[in-house]
Amino acid sequence: MQYPVALQLHNFISAPSSPEPSTPLPENTAKVIKITNCRVLKDRKIVEKDAIWIQDGKIIDPHKFFWYQKRLPDVVLDAEGLLVVPGFIEAQINGAFGVDFSVPSDQETYDRGLMKVSRGLLKYGTTSYCPTIVSSSAAVYHQVLPLLKPRPGSSDSGASILGAHVEGPFINEARVGAHELKVLQASANNGFQDFKNVYGFEGDTPEAQRKLSEENLHSVKIITCAPELDGVMESIPDLVKAGITVSVGHSMANTLQAEKAVSQGATFITHLFNAMPQFHHRDPGVIGLLGSRLDLPRPYYGLICDGIHVHPNSVKIAYDSHPEGVILVTDAMSAMGLSPGNYQLGNMDVTKEKDRVVIEGTNTLAGSVITLDACMRNFIQFTSCSLIEALEAVTLHPAVLLGIQDSKGVIKPGADADLVFLSDDLYVKRVFVAGQEVDLGTIHV
Amino acid sequence: MRLVIRKDFEAVSYHVAKYVKERIKEFAPTATKPFVLGLPTGSSPVGVYRNLVKFHQAGELSFQHIITFNMDEYVGLPRDHPESYHSFMWSNLFKHVDILPENVHILDGNATDLDLECQRYEEKIAAVGGIELFLGGIGPDGHIAFNEPGSSLNSRTRVKTLAYDTIVANARFFDNDITKVPNLALTVGVATVMDAREVCIIITGAHKALALAKCIEEGVNHMWTVSAIQLHPRGMVVCDEDATLELHVKTVNYFKSIEKVHEQLIGSDNVGLQGGVRSWRGGAESTYHQ
Repeated sequence: MQYPVALQLHNFISAPSSPEPSTPLPENTAKVIKITNCRVLKDRKIVEKDAIWIQDGKIIDPHKFFWYQKRLPDVVLDAEGLLVVPGFIEAQINGAFGVDFSVPSDQETYDRGLMKVSRGLLKYGTTSYCPTIVSSSAAVYHQVLPLLKPRPGSSDSGASILGAHVEGPFINEARVGAHELKVLQASANNGFQDFKNVYGFEGDTPEAQRKLSEENLHSVKIITCAPELDGVMESIPDLVKAGITVSVGHSMANTLQAEKAVSQGATFITHLFNAMPQFHHRDPGVIGLLGSRLDLPRPYYGLICDGIHVHPNSVKIAYDSHPEGVILVTDAMSAMGLSPGNYQLGNMDVTKEKDRVVIEGTNTLAGSVITLDACMRNFIQFTSCSLIEALEAVTLHPAVLLGIQDSKGVIKPGADADLVFLSDDLYVKRVFVAGQEVDLGTIHV
Repeated sequence: MRLVIRKDFEAVSYHVAKYVKERIKEFAPTATKPFVLGLPTGSSPVGVYRNLVKFHQAGELSFQHIITFNMDEYVGLPRDHPESYHSFMWSNLFKHVDILPENVHILDGNATDLDLECQRYEEKIAAVGGIELFLGGIGPDGHIAFNEPGSSLNSRTRVKTLAYDTIVANARFFDNDITKVPNLALTVGVATVMDAREVCIIITGAHKALALAKCIEEGVNHMWTVSAIQLHPRGMVVCDEDATLELHVKTVNYFKSIEKVHEQLIGSDNVGLQGGVRSWRGGAESTYHQ
């Protein structure tokens, strides 16, 4: 910013024109909340004995508020010394509390399921998320994606929805993971058009096409795909131009192909280590992206940090090689958040234990049921990283990945007032969404 | 005038902060009888503010019934520029305490009519009954507020051109680029400060030693504007050992001995805030001022 240069004396006659008004700005009479006595994660540092000011659901600059509005805050809350951080952002979650996002239904039922998850996730500190859809048929996408449009959160409706993470179906059948083989797409020979057809970006008539392409396109925030499939690599720039974050996953790509995907615009790796070839020293494959010497920045990578999907040592190796790229995800499935017991979820009978879920009667994992705050605590334990690094892995990094770092994942004037208060041992104590405190006691799922 | 000599910057800061706290406590301000405090910026008062914030956080000092008037502000600098005096006061004091925003007065360096702004400032001071206690520091050239050498000792709040020395000294806050330093400021006048019922000047560091000597041991002189304090009935200078380096040994010994007399013969708890003796030989209450 250019500040006024010192004036020549002989030019000075009256007050110089200045870049700011000397009369007070128009009154904003909306209620102002001040949260005092907190330790705040601000500007990538932890500030002791600080305070946070909130108005209209956003963080405001107290300096401006004091000098221009000349008001004291209307409400002063005491954080009692707790650590206050931005609300967590979840980039990969398939469902929770018995809800499965990939199962289509009528809008009312689907919305009810969404709200159940949006509210329940607040308990674990997640205030924004991307509902994830596993590989499905085009019909399912056409039904479900219009229901996953981004929407802001609130203390009543729960976490904000950032858009859908469509994991597949343009993935490699050799790394299908838990997805259904028969809905996979083996190629995208028509490029971007194939993506549009499968996800339903376009309808029958030009008008429907335009409408659907605008509406549905905005529902998709992240696409996981395998760049080695025919036509996928060439489609990446079009997807990125459409505002979508492209992620490499469920792939057999070698390192060359993976690096090409990054230079085409891919910025994420879906659950690193899982659904990709293991590390081989002469061709590290997708994992090799962490050692890439491309001119471009290395991509972010998701890590399911339950200690089960990825060995703690592997977590540490990934972190040590690329600490700025880590994004913790849960990849949780519908049993997450349910109390221990037997459940029928979709066409699966599962037994949920305290922190894992198995196919009933077996020891086979039926997916992940870790929560994001537990991922963060595990991450510190596995890597001995700093507190700030662990916090940024669930706040700043996913925000930057998704291009929303002006409003989410940070505490700074103008950002949404989504806040999580953590105890010293990093358990969620209080949650604010859009500047309003959530009554965690009323969330029963 | 009292000259209180303390060991170092920390001790000086603590002494002044405690004095302010006790003074306010003694005054017992209310909504109808607020305590009007004049405040400086710069490196001298930073420690004082830190201690005042600590007192506030410990519940020993409330700013609810305190009205403040700052000494000065740069002309043409946006209010939220990190080097503006608004920013300084916000981050060093106001954001940590319970002062009411409408009770805070700082000159507006971006007013369309600067002269009117200065006039209004004087009127506001008069409207609240004048300043009870004015804190201040000095520059190496002995200036108080921005009353640079040559300023009238009878001056009031006005626009001042900053001396070259001051601009050079302040360049360190503006990327060491003197073209970025404002060369005009609004400042209270020497007389505005001396109109306060009590004045307390904080002087620390060897680089202020010459100024302190000029202001205390030599005459009232417009080249060292803080020397006007010699004519104030309740003036106090609090300084550290380093700042006494240019004073005569006799001067330093004299002021130190007064305090020693207090402590040894009278007892530090029997000394009033202004250094007067509360009671003598257990007899009738009386106060003697030096």
